[in-house]
Amino acid sequence: MRWRRNRVPKAPASLRRSFVTPEGVDLRLELASAGTRASAFILDILILFISLILATILLSLLGIANARAEIFLILWLVGAFMLRNGWFILFEMGGRGATPGKRLLGLRVVARDGGRLTGGAVIARNAMREIEVFLPLSFLGKQAADGAADGFLTLFALCWTGIFLFFPLFNRDRLRVGDLLAGTWVVNNVRAKLGADLVAARAEQPRRVFTDAALDLYGIYELQTLENVLRAGQDDAIATVAATIRRKAGLPDDGDDHGFLSDYYAALRVRLERAVLVGRRREDKHGTAVRR
Amino acid sequence: MSALVDGRAAAPLVNASRFRAAHEGEWDRLDQLVTRMEKRSVRALSEDDILALPLLYRSALSSLSVARETSLDRALVTYLEQLCTRAYFQLYGVPDTATRQLGRFFARDWPLSVQALWRETLICLVLTVAGVIAGWWLVATDPSWYYSIIPDAMSGGRDPSASAETLSATIYGPQEGGGLATFAAYLFTHNSQVAIFAFALGFAFTVPTVLLLVYNGLTLGAMLCLFASKGLGLNFLGWLTIHGSTEMFAIILAGAAGMKIGTAVAFPGREARTEAAVIAGRSAAIAMAGVVLMLLVAGLLEGIGRQTVQSDAMRYGIGLSALAGWLTYYYLPRRQEDQDALAA
Repeated sequence: MRWRRNRVPKAPASLRRSFVTPEGVDLRLELASAGTRASAFILDILILFISLILATILLSLLGIANARAEIFLILWLVGAFMLRNGWFILFEMGGRGATPGKRLLGLRVVARDGGRLTGGAVIARNAMREIEVFLPLSFLGKQAADGAADGFLTLFALCWTGIFLFFPLFNRDRLRVGDLLAGTWVVNNVRAKLGADLVAARAEQPRRVFTDAALDLYGIYELQTLENVLRAGQDDAIATVAATIRRKAGLPDDGDDHGFLSDYYAALRVRLERAVLVGRRREDKHGTAVRR
Repeated sequence: MSALVDGRAAAPLVNASRFRAAHEGEWDRLDQLVTRMEKRSVRALSEDDILALPLLYRSALSSLSVARETSLDRALVTYLEQLCTRAYFQLYGVPDTATRQLGRFFARDWPLSVQALWRETLICLVLTVAGVIAGWWLVATDPSWYYSIIPDAMSGGRDPSASAETLSATIYGPQEGGGLATFAAYLFTHNSQVAIFAFALGFAFTVPTVLLLVYNGLTLGAMLCLFASKGLGLNFLGWLTIHGSTEMFAIILAGAAGMKIGTAVAFPGREARTEAAVIAGRSAAIAMAGVVLMLLVAGLLEGIGRQTVQSDAMRYGIGLSALAGWLTYYYLPRRQEDQDALAA
C-alpha cells in the first residue's frame, strides 16, 4: 500500500476561473457544469422539435386546403434547415449570447479572451455540433437499420464519435469541440438578489455577549456556513447548529435558537473582520490566524 | 460569563454594514440598467442612463474589491460578483448590430476568409481532380467498377447498360417528380447540410474530409466516363457546369475550411495548439457561412436553371460566368484593412 501514501492530495476541481477585466479586477467567472449544459441543450432540442412538429401540422393543413401546395413544401424544407442550423447561431449572436434553453438555466456564451462574441465564433461553435451530436446519432440510426450485421464496425464508430460527444468531460474547462475551435466558453450568468444584512438587523436591539473563548472556536469557513444556515432559515437546521455551538462553548440553552445564532454570527463576524483588517485571516476552525 | 442578554453594548456595526448602506443605491441602479439591457437592448436606456452606466460599473467593481478585502459577508461578495460580471458582458462582450455585421461580412470577412484558405483550396482542388481522373480511369478500364463507385439510388438508371437515348433523356428531359422550386430547395438544404458536415469532420485531423472530397471526385469521373463512352461527354459537362461550377467550388471550399481547422489542430506552428485552433476555427467558420450562400445559388441554378435552359451553349455560359464571378469576388486584391482605432 506504499503507492497510496505517495499521492499528493488534489484540490477539488473548481469551475471558478480567474478573469481580469481591463479595470484590473478579477471577476472569477463560474463555468457552467456539464450537466447544466446538457440540460440546456435538451431544452433547446425539445423546443425545436415541438416548433417543427407544430409548423409541419400547420403547413400541411394549409397545403391541403390550398391549390399551391408546393410553396408550403419549400417553406417547410427551408424552414427545417433554418431551424436546425439557425436556431443556435441566431440566438447566440444576439445581445444575450444564449439560446432560450441556456437563458432558462442562466447560462451565457462568452469569448474566452473576454472580447466581443463575433459571428465567426458563434458559427464555428455551432457547426461543430454536426460531429458532436448528429454523427453519433446517424451511426446509431444506421445500426438500428442494419441490425447487428457489422457489430465491431459500429462499436468502433460509436467509440470514435463518443470522443466528440463526451469531449466536455475530458477537459477541465468543460469545452465542447465547438467551444475549443471558437474560443468560447459557457459561464453561469444568473441574476442574484442582495440578501438582507444579518449584522445590521441585530444592531438595534439588546443582544448577547460572548467571551473570547467562545468566539475563538471557529474561523471564516464556519462563519460562512453559519451565514448559509441563517439565510436558509430552516428551523431544524438552526436548532442543530445552535445546540452544537452551545455544547462546544459551554453555554446554557435559553430557548431562542434563532436569536442566539444571529447574535453569535454578528459577534463572530465582527471579531473575524477586525482580524482580517489587521492582516490575520483565520480560514477555518483548524487554522490559527495566518498573517498574509 | 455565559451568554447574557445585555443592554445596548457598543454597537458592533461592522464596517461592511456602513459600506453597504452607502453604496446600495448605486448597485441597485446598475442592476436595473443591466437588467433592462439584457431584457431589451442598449436602446432601452435613456441618455442619462447611458452616461451613468460606466461610472456605476466602475464603482461596482471597486465595491467588489473593497468587499473582498474587508467583508466576510459571502452573500454581499457573491451579489457584487454576479452584478459586475453581468455589467462587464453588457459593456464589453455584446456583438455588433446585425446590419453592421452583415455589411462587414459581405464587404470584407467573407472574401478575405476564403482568400486565407487559398492553400487548402488548391490542395482540395487537386484531390478532387485526382478523384475525377481515378474514377474515369477505373470505369474506362473496367465498366463494372461503375457499380461499386456509384450507389444504385444515385445512378437512377444512368449505368453502363443504358442506351445513349436514355442517357440523353436524363440530360435534356424534364425533371421527374415535384416542381422545380421544390427541387431547388431540397438540393440547397441537403447539400448545405453535407457541406457543414464535411467542415466539422475536418476537426478529426482532416482524414474524413479528404475521403469525402476524393469520393466526390470519383463519382464525377465515373459519370463523365460513362457519358463520354456514349458520345455525350460534352453535353453532360454542360448539364453539370451550369450549377456544378458553383456547387463544386462550394464543396471544395467547405473541404478547405475543414482542412484548415484540422491542420491547425495537428500542426499548430508557433501558436499554442488552442490558439491556433481558435484562429483557424473563427475564420474558417465565416468561409462556411459563405459556402452555404453559394450552395443556395447552386441549388437555384440546378433546380430551376438547368431544366429551363436546354441549350448547351447557354448552360456553359451561365456556369462559367458564375465561376468567373466567384473568382473575382474572392481573389481580386483588396485594400488593406483600414485600422479602425475605435474597434481595435
